[in-house]
Amino acid sequence: MALKIVKGSIDRMFDKNLQDLVRGIRNHKEDEAKYISTCIDEIKQELKQDNIAVKANAVCKLTYLQMLGYDVSWAAFNIVEVMSSSKFTYKRIGYLAASQCFHESTDVIMLTTNQIRKDLSSPNQYDTGVALTGLSCFVTPDLARDLANDIMTLMSHTKPYIRKKAVLIMYKVFLKYPESLRPAFPRLKEKLEDPDPGVQSAAVNVICELARRNPKNYLSLAPLFFKLMTSSTNNWVLIKIIKLFGALTPLEPRLGKKLIEPLTNLIHRIYLFFSQILHHLSAITLVCFSWLIAFLFFITVLISLSSGMPNHSASIQLCVQKLRILIEDSDQNLKYLGLLAMSKILKTHPKSVQSHKDLILQCLDDKDESIRLRALDLLYGMVSKKNLMEIVKKLMLHVDKAEGTTYRDELLTKIIDICSQSNYQYITNFEWYISILVELTRLEGTRHGHLIASQMLDVAIRVKAIRVFAVAQMATLLDNAHMLTGNTQRNGICEVLYAAAWICGEFSEHLENPMETLEAMLRPKVATLPGHIQAVYVQNAAKLFATVLKSQEGNTDSTTAQEASQLMIDRLPLFVQSANLEVQERASCILQLVKYIQKLQQKDVEVSEEVCALFAGELNPVAPKAQKKVPIPDGLDLDAWINEPPSESESEDEQPKAIFSKEEPKHSRPRHTEVDEKELARRREARKQEQANNPFYIKASPSSQKVYQETPGVEHIPVVQIDLSVPLKVPGLPMSDQYVKLEEERRQKERAEKKKKDKKKRKEKRSGRGKKHDSGPESEEDITPAHMVDIVTEEMPENALPSDDDERDPADPHKALDIDLDKPLADSEKLPVRSHRAAEVLKSPAEDEEGENVSSLEPKKKSSKEKREKKKDKDKDRKVKMLFDRRLLRLISVMLTFIFLFYSFDRKAYDIQGNLQDGSQVVVSVIFENKCDSFLKSMEFNVLDSLNSKLQRPEGSGPHDSLTIPFQLPPGVSNEARFVFTVQSIIMPQKLKGTLTFIVKNEESSTHEKLDFKLHFTCTSYLITTPCYSDAFAKLLESGDLKSSSIRLEGVNMPFHHLLARICFHHHFSVVERIDSCASMYSRSIQGHHVCLLVKITVSVDAKCDEPTLLGNVLDEIKQTFSQC
Amino acid sequence: APMNLFMRMSLTTHSFLSSFHSHLCFVISSFQMQFMLLFSRQGKLRLQKWYVPLSDKEKKKITRELVQTVLARKPKMCSFLEWRDLKIVYKRYASLYFCCATEGQDNELITLEIIHRYVELLDKYFGSVCELDIIFNFEKAYFILDEFLLGGEAQETSKKNVLKAIEQADLLQEVRGLTILIGCARELFGGFTP
Repeated sequence: MALKIVKGSIDRMFDKNLQDLVRGIRNHKEDEAKYISTCIDEIKQELKQDNIAVKANAVCKLTYLQMLGYDVSWAAFNIVEVMSSSKFTYKRIGYLAASQCFHESTDVIMLTTNQIRKDLSSPNQYDTGVALTGLSCFVTPDLARDLANDIMTLMSHTKPYIRKKAVLIMYKVFLKYPESLRPAFPRLKEKLEDPDPGVQSAAVNVICELARRNPKNYLSLAPLFFKLMTSSTNNWVLIKIIKLFGALTPLEPRLGKKLIEPLTNLIHRIYLFFSQILHHLSAITLVCFSWLIAFLFFITVLISLSSGMPNHSASIQLCVQKLRILIEDSDQNLKYLGLLAMSKILKTHPKSVQSHKDLILQCLDDKDESIRLRALDLLYGMVSKKNLMEIVKKLMLHVDKAEGTTYRDELLTKIIDICSQSNYQYITNFEWYISILVELTRLEGTRHGHLIASQMLDVAIRVKAIRVFAVAQMATLLDNAHMLTGNTQRNGICEVLYAAAWICGEFSEHLENPMETLEAMLRPKVATLPGHIQAVYVQNAAKLFATVLKSQEGNTDSTTAQEASQLMIDRLPLFVQSANLEVQERASCILQLVKYIQKLQQKDVEVSEEVCALFAGELNPVAPKAQKKVPIPDGLDLDAWINEPPSESESEDEQPKAIFSKEEPKHSRPRHTEVDEKELARRREARKQEQANNPFYIKASPSSQKVYQETPGVEHIPVVQIDLSVPLKVPGLPMSDQYVKLEEERRQKERAEKKKKDKKKRKEKRSGRGKKHDSGPESEEDITPAHMVDIVTEEMPENALPSDDDERDPADPHKALDIDLDKPLADSEKLPVRSHRAAEVLKSPAEDEEGENVSSLEPKKKSSKEKREKKKDKDKDRKVKMLFDRRLLRLISVMLTFIFLFYSFDRKAYDIQGNLQDGSQVVVSVIFENKCDSFLKSMEFNVLDSLNSKLQRPEGSGPHDSLTIPFQLPPGVSNEARFVFTVQSIIMPQKLKGTLTFIVKNEESSTHEKLDFKLHFTCTSYLITTPCYSDAFAKLLESGDLKSSSIRLEGVNMPFHHLLARICFHHHFSVVERIDSCASMYSRSIQGHHVCLLVKITVSVDAKCDEPTLLGNVLDEIKQTFSQC
Repeated sequence: APMNLFMRMSLTTHSFLSSFHSHLCFVISSFQMQFMLLFSRQGKLRLQKWYVPLSDKEKKKITRELVQTVLARKPKMCSFLEWRDLKIVYKRYASLYFCCATEGQDNELITLEIIHRYVELLDKYFGSVCELDIIFNFEKAYFILDEFLLGGEAQETSKKNVLKAIEQADLLQEVRGLTILIGCARELFGGFTP
């Protein structure tokens, strides 16, 4: 026995360790594979030994070999053995190997559950840490389910090192086992306020990641995050929270308004930093790019802010200017990042970026593809009606120059994307667009023929006015088809012919010379095209044929019509022999039809009408989602069998199709056997019957029995010599440039005409008080499309279901995490806990669920008023006066709803003098929205000052002068103005009377109007949400300086946390502490009054404040808030 | 010959950086890294870490294609690539390429910073790290990475904390290693005593 041990130990001394292995591999460069296979044999021997150290060494070597690409899955069990060693040294290696080698389908993972659980509860934090790290790499749904509870317990571990890891790994657990989200969420939320910043940021990280995917479930966390944002000094947490709010604000617009103040502070801080950075901009190389991150961060913040604040255009402008410096830099990374940041700004401030178009176009010449792609992305957002043609022209040049096909393809898709974006919004001249598309077909070897084809179809179908032009172009394309199919057979571009043939056929009435096109479509070369294109050719040849007949109707000389029939009869047999079933079927149908027609023609029977009837009716575009949107009628069960499910034997019979497609085209008709013929005839009969009832099928003529029995062999197919001298340009194709020029001229002319008109107008009404509308650079709206473009919208079924989240990929794992987190937790939802571990039963999360700051911000009633009323009154002349009254009423209601006050006070004064009574300022921010159809200008705002409150006016103006509002309002536009008031005492609410004067200008006249309003300064609006810690709160209450008062809220029946949230939201309080059925809340006035509330679940409110009048008024206001709901 | 991976920053930039140090704590932000690869100029893989479950076959395919794409780029080109629907951020330190893949909407600068930090960590741990350090102590390189990133998320923003955790875990390993050695010796020599 002893000897055996000794032998094992001595053997071990000669084992290779990892270093030896690596060295060995490096020394055997020539026969690496052979060397490694001997090593693997050795490792296999080592793994057979009992000694864990030997095994660990072997596993370590295997991990290395795995990285080199060798399969080590056979050693999975040994890895588990090493993982379960009690020694940290080996455990660490075992977990590393597992995290590298295991994946979801590794079956031994099942065996690890208990081992991992043991490690998770190990007293040694590094054991736990190593297990968590490993788990993060190979967690499976089973492991997630079994270990969720253990990991959740670890979230409250004493060591932040473990808590941090546990919180992060919870995200992976949620993804694998979505049921764990609800029970674990309360604790995750707790971690947002963890004393350790690392844990806190981990929690913010996880929640942000969750919220990014399903923002609406996390709206209730907004107050909590809001609190975090105002209290946190950790920039890193702040940026996350701002990101989160970025996802939340679209769902809850009022959040944006609440965010303004804290974000303003933040932005000032960052702005300082930012300006320092800009100062250093030229001096820094990219060795350290941290400042750049800050720079981009600044941009992110700016953008998230800019939705709420209109006055940031100056700083955005600055940003863009500095970005230009980045892009002009020779360092490629700077260039790339500059372009990237630019594209972020572009989304919200397209105007400020558009002026740098030259620079972006320059970037298209860059050697680096990444940069070119970025620049392309930017161009997409920069186009306008005015510059579209110019940009596309530049891009076309690049297409010609581009070297790699991938980049050229990318350019092509971008050109099409740019032009077709938002329903061809920027295209003023579709003739130009069609010619661009035609030019694009000259690209060789592109994969995107299909894309071009679908664009051609889309434009031709939806823009009716362009059809004549499009058809002419397509006919030329068909005529020159050999150029597209010429050199590289079956490349993607021949897809274009599909579109060309269809357009020429469908809109053949616009063809100048249908006969010629018909000839082009029936050339023998067509038979080399892919099957689906041939099918379209054949079908549309029939349409063309119908048109030819129609055009010859009434013509006494019937030679043309007869020529057409003869052409069809001559050329179609080629297609009848096609290997493609679709082509063959269509061709044989049409051939018989034409033969029949020819017979009739010889008898001088007019047939054109009947033939045309085959293709009558317009095909309307159908929206891609239309089919999905058709509601299922009641009582229809789509899953039920209509007939009994087919038996096994039947399904074998259904296989002729597969056999058929395998057959060689030469002997393509196995069904000509006698037995089959009968069955076939029956089927054909049935099909004919069906087709006869189907208007979209070409009806077969009665003589259509199989006449083409004498199938010619391949050698009989006529071969036409192809002209290989390919001209550089397709003859007769218009260059798009031509259209650019034409369009320019047209616009110029239009502009000139407009000017003339304007002059006339001005002369006519010289009395107008309005300032001259200076005709600066041509604005977007001035450019009218070349011809009335009637873009047909895509059809949807009549009773289409309202669109829901059908954009979502059903395979998205985050979809499973779309869970309502506010619903109380049911017993069945608790995480599985092993029964013998009674001590770790979860606290009822239902209690936690009603956490203090949870609230769903319910929409205010007022919002209905905000909704824009869209009404158009045509007969202005008579009703002007009446209308005005209504407009004014509307305006008033708008103003009152939009007036929201928020206050700032001079913090400096507070700091230095300790006396808040002086320098208290109130900022009133008013959003003016013009809801009428006329232009509002020269707005002046005035308020009748009271003793207590005064509007701050610019120096030198009298106490009754009004303030000019620095903007004008076109119809439907809103803008914000701010006014500063000085307030003496804030303990009483007040109302200030004011007037707004403005000029209403419409086409005929302009009138001076006046609007009276009242500004209501509630006491609540003097309160500022201020967080307060419970100990400070207790001290405050103990101090005895505060007077108390109390109220009861009658008739309030909402959940307690909603009640609290309402008070927080409407009255600017923050929750200090919540114990079961009561909560203490705190707020502070701008003059430093403390207001403390104790709200009980019995809806009584006890309040204390150092100013009894203020308190009384605040309480009254609270009461009023709740009486309204 | 071992090459110093890490080029020291110039003094001026360094002092500039430290003056802004307080602002830099937000450097690492939310991201979901898909994987990280380290490979040499010859295309030899030196380290790989996958944060998304993929089969070995897929991993190999991705690795092969990506290594080719990155190596084909010229040295003056930028560090960012759009590849399939991923954003690839890579940086070359001496003979080693560090290459990360993240989801589309993540900030590439942050990924660049992650790479940089990881290199700094390696540099601190090994003391002027070179490619050979990573080859011969590849498990250590993994341990450091695991302390730094967890499941594709940055778990620790402080370099000091990462190194502390690694050092303590190493200490634990060494102490235990020593006891095992003693145990072995006892086993070996104890066998001879009658």
